[in-house]
Amino acid sequence: MRPVYMVTGGITKFAKSHPDKDFRLMVKEALDYAMGDLPGISLDEIDGSVCSYFSDHFTRQLMAGAMVQDYVGLSPKPSRRVEGGGATGGLCFQSAWESVASGRMEVCLAMGFETMGRVNTWKGNEFIALASDTNFDFPVGGFYTGYYAMMLNRHMYEFGTTVEQMAKVAVKNHINAVHNRYAQRPGRITIEDVRSSQMVATPLTLLDICQMSEGAAVCILASEKAAQRLGGTPVLVKGVGSGTDAMRMADRPHGKVLLLPHEKEEDYVDVKYPGVHSFRGGRMAAKLAYAMAGINDPGQDLDFIELHDAYTSSEIQTYEDLGLCRYGEGGSYVDSGAPFMPNIEYGLTFSDTSRWRKLPVNPSGGLLACGHPVGATGLMQAVFAFWQLQGSVQKHLGDSTLQLSAPKRGLIHSHAGTGTYITVSILEKV
Amino acid sequence: MNKDIKLPETDAGTILFNVNPIIQKFHYEIDYIHTYAQDTPFFAGLAKQKLLGSRCKGCGYTFATPRSHCMECGSPTEWVELPQRGIVHTFTTCHFGGEAFLKETPFTLILVEFEGVQTLFLSRLLGAEGDEIKIGMPVRARFLRNCKFKPTDVYFVPV
Repeated sequence: MRPVYMVTGGITKFAKSHPDKDFRLMVKEALDYAMGDLPGISLDEIDGSVCSYFSDHFTRQLMAGAMVQDYVGLSPKPSRRVEGGGATGGLCFQSAWESVASGRMEVCLAMGFETMGRVNTWKGNEFIALASDTNFDFPVGGFYTGYYAMMLNRHMYEFGTTVEQMAKVAVKNHINAVHNRYAQRPGRITIEDVRSSQMVATPLTLLDICQMSEGAAVCILASEKAAQRLGGTPVLVKGVGSGTDAMRMADRPHGKVLLLPHEKEEDYVDVKYPGVHSFRGGRMAAKLAYAMAGINDPGQDLDFIELHDAYTSSEIQTYEDLGLCRYGEGGSYVDSGAPFMPNIEYGLTFSDTSRWRKLPVNPSGGLLACGHPVGATGLMQAVFAFWQLQGSVQKHLGDSTLQLSAPKRGLIHSHAGTGTYITVSILEKV
Repeated sequence: MNKDIKLPETDAGTILFNVNPIIQKFHYEIDYIHTYAQDTPFFAGLAKQKLLGSRCKGCGYTFATPRSHCMECGSPTEWVELPQRGIVHTFTTCHFGGEAFLKETPFTLILVEFEGVQTLFLSRLLGAEGDEIKIGMPVRARFLRNCKFKPTDVYFVPV
């Protein structure tokens, strides 16, 4: 494998619906933005693409990736579609990485979109639930928020996690997004707002859950030689990892924790793993990405994280999978203030602030506040991570509040189903 | 050759929601010929008020939601009858749902844990609400008399 760099990226505004644009135009807009940000690049430089979108039901158009490919002017170059539920964008990013790392392409475009506003929210929930076992799960529950609420209730039972700790995640991500003009649902909210919003599946309320969205995002990845030629401020893709777990969460076994380099078996003598409270696929993805990137202690070696917070609870679960804290400590990790931006006032008081190093999680606002147009989401995270590492947040958001001071390494995390496919990619400033 | 040929006009119009851009209603419907294939004995069991799980012939791992090959070692499994009593492993009450289930809300989902079985079973809980529902609560299976050959032919109630 040879080194791969991200050389530019672009996103569209995420919104409940964009009736004035179809998916092709959305991707074109994101691509034009990315190319406009790297004057040295032209379509001739791009050797091929990978297109990501989750649901044919939402698009009501098979082969939509091929339509994007010709719309943006890349035919007859190679392209393919990747799909893996909520992790579709993360898989697309890694698929484009593989194209360049293998030597098959010098420059590869990862492009993703989703158009979820073409059906009502409840029909959309039904489409998403078709990504659960249609023999045994869909006919009984038919609702992903219900599945996550069950996982969360077990997390609360096992580890004492509270609804207020979850609400703090919502407060953090919505307030971060106030400074992100691409976000769908920014807002200065409080714990009380989260808990008093409509109950969806106990104990998850409307503000604990991300929204249906429309939007697109693109990343352009290049070999070292091509990155040097194209100029700009490239960022190295230092490590990639991915993992899986049983499609049906009822099938998750109870075994031993997969250990990260900074952990010991005695840390977890009482934890039955993964159960329905943790994501073994996420732990595997992190373990592989850390090994490739040479990360020994993620809490010390990373400077920020953009993770897949489709639910406040899954952000807390993911802190643990990524090894930012031990399994069971996700709630305390939020209470400590560690994943909050250092320069933003959240109206919260933090306990135990010295226990963990400050490591902002979802400075962009994450899925909870940015929205979740599924095929674009994992690429949107890569674009925000890219801008962070370039130091170009002010330029792209027109506001420098979310710019961290001199970040060296960031992690992006994309997640499908109830933890069925998960990707972790690590980006590093060069 | 009839050079004056025209398509017949109809009075069926398009349902428009908006004109700039044009947004229209589009209906889509389909019937699938869905087979339960190797999972068939489970659904046939429901009609006989039996809950069938799978036990691995290689490693003995027992699955509450059946599968004909073991997730742990890949060996074929055999059918075993599951106990009809278990405990609530976790739960939630859904106040919203996918469109097909909206009319059933609120409904309570549980994962049932059975003695001697390594995996869980997703089902509905009836007969308990709100704070009455607890992890560890004993529950027992009930079956529809008129089987629909769906996993909802079985549901659970508090013991």
